[in-house]
Amino acid sequence: MTMWATVPWSVRLAALVALGLLLAALAAPWLAAIDPTDLRNFNLADAELPPAFVEDGDPRFPLGTDNQGRDLLSAILYGARVSIAIGAAAVLTALTIGVTLGLVAGYVGGRVDAVIMRVADVILSFPTILLALLVAGVARALLPEAEAARLAPFVLVGAIGVHDWVQYARTVRAATMVERSRDYVRAAQVIGLPARRILFSHILPNVVGPVLVIGTVHLAGAVLTEATLSFLGVGMPPTDPSLGTLIRIGNEFIFSGIWWIAAFPALMLVVLVLAVNVVGDWLRDRFNPKLRGRT
Amino acid sequence: MSDVPALLVDGLRVEYPTPGGAPVVAVSDLSMSIAAGEIHAVVGESGAGKSTVGHAILGILEPPGRAVRGSIQVAGTALDLVSGTARGIVRGRDIGAVFQDPMTSLNPLFTIEVQIGEAMRHHLGLGRAEARARSLALLEAVGIPEPERRLAHYPHQLSGGQRQRVVIAAALACEPRLIIADEPTTALDVSVQAQILALLRKLAKERGVGIMLVTHNMGVVAEIADRVTIMRRGMVVESGPVLDVLTRPQQDYSRDLIASVPPVAQRLERFATPDQATQRGAAARARIASALHGIAGLDTAGDVPLLEVRRLCVEFGGGSRWRPGRTAPFRAVDDVSLTIRRGEILGLVGESGSGKSTIANAVAGLIPPTAGQVLLAGSEVSKARRAGGAAGLRRAIQMVFQDPYSSLNPRLRVSTTLCEPILFYRLADTAAQAQDDMRTLLEAVGLDPAMGERFPHAFSGGQRQRVSVARALAARPALLICDEPTSSLDVSVQAQVLNLLKDLREATGLAMLFISHDLAVVRQMCDRVVVLKNGRVCEQADTETLFESPSHPYTRELMQLVPRLDAVTRRFPPEGARGAV
Repeated sequence: MTMWATVPWSVRLAALVALGLLLAALAAPWLAAIDPTDLRNFNLADAELPPAFVEDGDPRFPLGTDNQGRDLLSAILYGARVSIAIGAAAVLTALTIGVTLGLVAGYVGGRVDAVIMRVADVILSFPTILLALLVAGVARALLPEAEAARLAPFVLVGAIGVHDWVQYARTVRAATMVERSRDYVRAAQVIGLPARRILFSHILPNVVGPVLVIGTVHLAGAVLTEATLSFLGVGMPPTDPSLGTLIRIGNEFIFSGIWWIAAFPALMLVVLVLAVNVVGDWLRDRFNPKLRGRT
Repeated sequence: MSDVPALLVDGLRVEYPTPGGAPVVAVSDLSMSIAAGEIHAVVGESGAGKSTVGHAILGILEPPGRAVRGSIQVAGTALDLVSGTARGIVRGRDIGAVFQDPMTSLNPLFTIEVQIGEAMRHHLGLGRAEARARSLALLEAVGIPEPERRLAHYPHQLSGGQRQRVVIAAALACEPRLIIADEPTTALDVSVQAQILALLRKLAKERGVGIMLVTHNMGVVAEIADRVTIMRRGMVVESGPVLDVLTRPQQDYSRDLIASVPPVAQRLERFATPDQATQRGAAARARIASALHGIAGLDTAGDVPLLEVRRLCVEFGGGSRWRPGRTAPFRAVDDVSLTIRRGEILGLVGESGSGKSTIANAVAGLIPPTAGQVLLAGSEVSKARRAGGAAGLRRAIQMVFQDPYSSLNPRLRVSTTLCEPILFYRLADTAAQAQDDMRTLLEAVGLDPAMGERFPHAFSGGQRQRVSVARALAARPALLICDEPTSSLDVSVQAQVLNLLKDLREATGLAMLFISHDLAVVRQMCDRVVVLKNGRVCEQADTETLFESPSHPYTRELMQLVPRLDAVTRRFPPEGARGAV
């Protein structure tokens, strides 16, 4: 309770918003009026209806409909669910790869360390979006057309994760090198425990704290990257839209005065990313002893 | 020299406010005075508040700590307790400070000339040439050879002892009336320590500077202090002339503290320390004793010693096979041979850089020998430790480390830490049995078995060291390596841990390799002693032989330099003899 008292209001608000949006996205099948991925809900007669609070609005569709006549609120809830799921999966993938490689590099050292960290440096020299486009593009070319839609989320997770693991690896490697020389690790070595066990049951719990903080910050980044890829057309298909896909669809109609298809998903994305970022930044500062005491 | 005391403290109280609670009182009602030219030692164990006193005088209390009551006068001028300053009294000019670690108290980016001269140019307004001349004189006064050349050097070009001399020179630069020396020799080897202590003594006498010497080492107090104040939990226990306090302590705490100091001149069976914890658990130790024997291939009686180190060499650096280094490798251990028989405690002594810990690591199989062999009951340790080796040999050597704060995994409950080797080597049939063993181990090292459920941060330094011993025993070793097991502990806790090790050895007959820089501790613990210098063996003898008639000059020198309690009676001989040093 004492800890909660030190949390600034902005962070509390952001945490509530982030939590609310996450819950709403998770509960989309129960909250949403329709299932936008179900083709039976495509109804061109209702297409491009404005939001309910605007003149000519239809009370059935509080935020209006998209070009296929789907309820936009439902599409956004489902879209947020897809975006968050892909973002979280990408972060988890990057975290698993990064933490493992960082532990090994930091503990073993020498040439293993050199190889892992040089690969990391190379990857870091590519911009995230460029690398993700590359991976997504190559995957699209290699995968059969029929499977493309079904495999799209996995391709996205891989495309984002392939870049993000580097930061985890670097952080964990540095922390591991510090822990490696501590006596409890030497004691474990003297007992005769195998390296795998020393790494995962002794060192990992002591280095994982900062990683979880980076994870929160990266979650927002991963959701954005996913949205960007989908906006550029290499992400989720319109039949299973993420927030990025919805924005892309809306983008085509924006100049014909049909602003809501792009605006509401974009608003959702901005609020979600902002809230997660505020919480993530606060966590980062909170757990970084160098910044403690400043504001 | 004037009659005005260099320092006069009256009723000082230092508090650390805690959020929403009563403040922590670090120092309460402390009064002391230090005459010009006098060395006043402030001793006590960790948490006694002895450093806090020095910090309060220097005005560098760590926030939120503050001096809430009392008065401090330096050379007759009262200090403002809030800001630590007063008109006419300037920190760095009238009060000098010498801290523990000479490696970090000099700025690595500036030359010695800049660091000594800075204060003089700033406080006394001296020009560059003047400051330089005075720096030269100071370096000479603190006994640095070739002062001209040293002025242009950076700290990393100096040895630890020389750096501490530079720090002292810088503290003296503006001719202060008072020097606060906070553990000035704790990070130094005995030979360097002896030189620095002699230097402080000389400076106090010649320049009439009052020195407040904060230390935990009773031997140092006996060697150079004029007066001593013993502190405990922020309060003064006893204060007076050093001879009176050390030879005729009035308070129980002072008596216990002085009795806990291991004497280098004689061997005690046990330390007289009021310690219930260590005396408990005799039954548990007996149970452990029966479990400890029974490693296949190790108990066979015979001529093969338990551990044999043959012509061991360990080198560091110098590049690898693929990438030859430009510098020659550093030889940390050079042609060392030693043996440990069953049930024997072999001591390894030497100053820093003598290769003690490297030998320990090589014996434990943590680093590979460059040349030579480490044989455990005839088979090579480095091979036995590999995954393919017999389990009995892999766990036969266990280790107790120096730093009780880093030797336990902070994220694991103590019970988990202790059960790990038991479960890993299947020394218990069931998890419940492992828990039983774990409780027996805790009991054997004098801890309450229920404490196993706690995390390491709930334990004190001494208790952690006990856990460390228990963990080493959990693997049921044949040889225990103790690498400076008590050197980061308070002297009374050290006495308890040494008593524990003695009890364990008595109950189990466990062989030990006992590493220490402290000759007094080695004398109490070991059957035989190996003296090391620069990675080579100087002398190897039975403990009593070594201490009674050392044959190597280096050993003799070491023995002579150890600060010892009885130095005080040598300095102040009984009536009829001549005066003090």
